[in-house]
Amino acid sequence: MLASFEDTRAAMTKITFIQPDGESQTVDAENGLTVMEAAKLNDIAGIEAECGGACACATCHVYVDDAWRDKVGKATEMEEDMLDFAFDVREGSRLSCQIKVSDAIDGIVVRVPAKQF
Amino acid sequence: MAETNSIPTASESSGPIETDVVIIGAGPCGLFAVFELGLLDIKAHVIDILDRPGGQCAELYPEKPIYDVPALPVVTGQELTERLMEQIKPFNPVFHFSERIDSLSKGPDGRFHLKTDAATEFIAKVVVIAAGGGSFTPKRPPLNGIEEYEGKSVFYSVRKIESMRGQDIVIVGGGDSALDWTLNLAPVAKSLTLIHRRDEFRAAPHSVEKMRKMVEDASVRLMIGQVTTIEGRGGQLSAIEVKTAAGQEKIPCTAMLPFFGLTMKLGPVADWGLNLNENLIVVDTERFETNEHGIFAIGDINTYPGKLKLILSGFHEAALMAQAAHKIVYPDKKLLFQYTTSSSSLQKKLGVK
Repeated sequence: MLASFEDTRAAMTKITFIQPDGESQTVDAENGLTVMEAAKLNDIAGIEAECGGACACATCHVYVDDAWRDKVGKATEMEEDMLDFAFDVREGSRLSCQIKVSDAIDGIVVRVPAKQF
Repeated sequence: MAETNSIPTASESSGPIETDVVIIGAGPCGLFAVFELGLLDIKAHVIDILDRPGGQCAELYPEKPIYDVPALPVVTGQELTERLMEQIKPFNPVFHFSERIDSLSKGPDGRFHLKTDAATEFIAKVVVIAAGGGSFTPKRPPLNGIEEYEGKSVFYSVRKIESMRGQDIVIVGGGDSALDWTLNLAPVAKSLTLIHRRDEFRAAPHSVEKMRKMVEDASVRLMIGQVTTIEGRGGQLSAIEVKTAAGQEKIPCTAMLPFFGLTMKLGPVADWGLNLNENLIVVDTERFETNEHGIFAIGDINTYPGKLKLILSGFHEAALMAQAAHKIVYPDKKLLFQYTTSSSSLQKKLGVK
């Protein structure tokens, strides 16, 4: 049986990126992508992703909003190691290439740091 | 003759090294360029700022699987590098590691003169820039005004331990570089503070253990926190401020060594008069030659309509570049196109016949 159009369409999740100056942009991201990929697809400023999502730099650093930290889970050891290379690392710091987009994080708010380096 | 497992590197020599081709960058494309040039009897020297071959494959993702190299369903960056090194062995390339080409100019005879930051000089008929994302350089922490202290009291590497004697040293980071320098400099320092954002270290466990012992006997102070501001004048640091769980703390500091890994910068390539487009070198798609005849650019560092930054694209670019380089290196020789499967002359060069 053919699946209906609704079924074949990838589920979308809302992500809000807030810039250091307070400007916010909400984008629709396909589940299965990473938050970094969603940012790049939507030209979000301040997400550089120099290594292309290999968890090999720290230039897609974001601060996950307090309310969403439990839902996105903890960084792996490899990601923590890479976060050592980020600047002004805080409690909610994550590398956005390591956060998978799914229904569970629909509506998530992440803040872009003042600098990636 | 070099040992089978060692990589031939240049020995101390006087005067410029004359060669057919200088390849800038020992990443996958630079390595494969050795192969394609070698099949055409063109000799190459390869220069890389890293201390080993592989480029990004070695530095950024040695353990990560790559799935889009033809005929290798899965290969890690490290394995790909090793296989390329094996493949180019018959052509005896000479490697110059931990060096960066700083200047490039054209001599009166049309050959190119190149010089590295370690003052190694080359004269080559052809230059192949296979520099990927640029040269790996230490990351500069985004601390206000840090530029004016660099090389004076902020260092990304230490040449002479003695120069650190009697200083209030601050080392920032949690990897092997940070820990190794902590262990090496603590005995000569007036004070040494190691600052890391968390109480876990990526460095080798035995170094971490040694560091913890030094912290116990108070020869090293370990602070868990992050540097927020630096103070000083005329390039000389006097103090830094650190944000810790307990709040802000100011500590005396006359020398700081930040270790935040490496980033890729285009570097001196930008000053060679080549046409650039958004920090990429513009090339044609027949020869992958730049606007300067005899200088080619292959791999991630070039751009042309439809460019894809894939290893396989760089391999293709290397093959076409080699055909064009042949015309420059051997202007009077006719090039007969041959296959490695059937050409006995190619097989002889590869050492399989």
